[in-house]
Amino acid sequence: MEKKLLEIKDLYAGVAESGKEIIKGLNLTINAGEVHALMGPNGAGKSTLAYLLAGKADYAATSGNVTFAGQNLLSLKPDERANAGLFLSMQYPVAIPGVSTNNFLKHAVNAKRKYMNLPELDAAEFLKLLRASAQELGVTTEMLKRELNVGFSGGEKKRMEMLQMQLLQPKLAILDETDSGLDIDALRIVAEGVNKLHTSENSLLIITHHLDLLNLIKPDAVHIYYDGHIVQSGGKELAEKLEQSGYKSFVEA
Amino acid sequence: MTTQNELLKELETQKYKYGFITDIEADVAPRGLNEDIIRLISSKKNEPQWLLEWRLKAYRHWLTMNEPTWAKLKFEPINYQNLFYYAAPKQKVKPKSLDEVDATLLETYNKLGIPLKEQEALAGVVAVDAVFDSVSVATTYRAQLAEKGIIFCSISEAIKEHPELVQKYLGSVVPYSDNFYACLNSAVFTDGSFVYIPKGVHCPMELSTYFRINAQNTGQFERTLIVAEDESYVSYLEGCTAPQRDENQLHAAIVEIVVLNNAEVKYSTVQNWYPGDEYGNGGVYNFVTKRAACRGVNAKISWTQVETGSAITWKYPSCILQGDNSVGEFYSVALTHHYQQADTGTKMIHIGKNTRSKIISKGISAGNSNQTYRGLVDVNKSATGARNYSQCDSLLIGSNCGSHTVPYICNRNKSAVLEHEATTSKISDEQLFYCQQRGIKEEDAVGLIVNGFCKEVMQKLPMEFAIEATKLINISLEGSVG
Repeated sequence: MEKKLLEIKDLYAGVAESGKEIIKGLNLTINAGEVHALMGPNGAGKSTLAYLLAGKADYAATSGNVTFAGQNLLSLKPDERANAGLFLSMQYPVAIPGVSTNNFLKHAVNAKRKYMNLPELDAAEFLKLLRASAQELGVTTEMLKRELNVGFSGGEKKRMEMLQMQLLQPKLAILDETDSGLDIDALRIVAEGVNKLHTSENSLLIITHHLDLLNLIKPDAVHIYYDGHIVQSGGKELAEKLEQSGYKSFVEA
Repeated sequence: MTTQNELLKELETQKYKYGFITDIEADVAPRGLNEDIIRLISSKKNEPQWLLEWRLKAYRHWLTMNEPTWAKLKFEPINYQNLFYYAAPKQKVKPKSLDEVDATLLETYNKLGIPLKEQEALAGVVAVDAVFDSVSVATTYRAQLAEKGIIFCSISEAIKEHPELVQKYLGSVVPYSDNFYACLNSAVFTDGSFVYIPKGVHCPMELSTYFRINAQNTGQFERTLIVAEDESYVSYLEGCTAPQRDENQLHAAIVEIVVLNNAEVKYSTVQNWYPGDEYGNGGVYNFVTKRAACRGVNAKISWTQVETGSAITWKYPSCILQGDNSVGEFYSVALTHHYQQADTGTKMIHIGKNTRSKIISKGISAGNSNQTYRGLVDVNKSATGARNYSQCDSLLIGSNCGSHTVPYICNRNKSAVLEHEATTSKISDEQLFYCQQRGIKEEDAVGLIVNGFCKEVMQKLPMEFAIEATKLINISLEGSVG
């Protein structure tokens, strides 16, 4: 039987301060173990959706419901959403000067363990866990010693997002254009990260412009997102059609 | 934005953790200040005539002085005639060991997390010269130190037992006429610590003093004197907490340090005196003069401080680099919130050749607080090859606080190399959201970022002090501690 992980019903949302509406009547269900791709033109509100789900205070829902792992997602604080298993790989990860990457990751992992009533990892235990994951994703020890995202290249930042995803093992990972601006090697690392996380329990929502990543990860569903809602859903063939004829063909259809 | 506001509210409403008052009868001199009070203090302490005369000279000079007004601080004028200048816990006989110390007093220290008994058992890691109000009540490990010829006692005892040392060095770094508060201190100081490290001796343990302000309206005028002879080394720790009071309490301490040839002194402070409530009522007024003179060649002084307390801070630990190749360092973290005001920094006076100095100052402002870094780097004509590196970073939390940097640089020698860097940053909503998205609570995220910001200074503290200081920073930020 299919287990609903994320269910978005008739969602209307926008900018909290100005009230500008960006998401207009969105419906989307992601079951446990599924990989969904969300494709849409610039300005369609894809990042707004990602941020809204993660709980960024700049955005607010005006109506509709979002259920995540049986909970009313919109009533939770951002850290509660994260610990409940929602991960957002950000398009532009922010730099945190003064905080070493190592230390930040340890805090994040232990915050989750604390939430799950597991004993926190000590420095040695954490390092063991970290080294194994870091190596697979091509994150060097030197990079882990640096301040989080300070002076990281675009590729390094994305790799760091994948490392965090790997360490935190979320139920649902939302990748907000994680593949943008990556060379082919970096793209493979992202795809491997996605494929490793993807189990019969864990799901992914991939926000992307490109077919390249989808060729490497085989999505269960592709949604064409335009002007704040989904205009068409289907399989990977939608992404291929999009590649050939652009968004126009979907909007006019 | 709402979560940020909630956090700010928490920061603003958190209570001072150490606000309690010990009930001990104080032996108090009458309110106010005149020559008779000074004579009373001096006679209560059985002081020699030269010291009484020195105090009176200071007092007469003080009467001609005015409070400095150049600092960026705002407060109601202090009525110096409304203060008590002497208070000592009533004890018939001076205790020989901790067992003889007033149980209420020991309980106070326990609440502060300074269990003397435990510390005594801690196999000689830290020696504690606990100052309660004005009189030293317990000194541990003195015997062990005495074997090496190290003197670590209250300044009152030193005046009696080592008058020649005290007379030689008292006021030699901070003259009685130095400034308004130092002059007042010279007239009325009641107690403090004295440290003497003989030639060639490496002090085997961290020396430590805990100060507390207790009796109501008692001005605190500690006087600390540290002398490090040739080739000696000592690390000295000073930690402070004070019970909660509604009335402002004045504190005007002096720390004088003399460092001779090839000697090194590390002086570390963690200060968390009552900062006042969330509306800016009460809190300690802290006007301190701290100064070290590197008189010998290759002498080194290092000031490290972590300050989260006091309603008003006026403090500029300084280094006079007289000896050739001598080194002065200043590492500071100051955290202010509510309506706290801090005008603090350092002075590096280069006189000897190839003298070097380093300033790392980290200021964190939250709530409606205001902070100013005020520093002086002064290179004399004689200081050929002098070097200074200064770095002043400010971190703002919220939109109602202020941060200012006022570096004075005065160079009279062409060969000197001086560098100054300054940054101001704010904890952004983006950073907090990023941390929260990784499961870290907002207040923990603030702690993480703040600790990262001041890490460079924290690393300079002795290990056990660094832990205490990190705790203090987190307590000051959390708001969950009531």
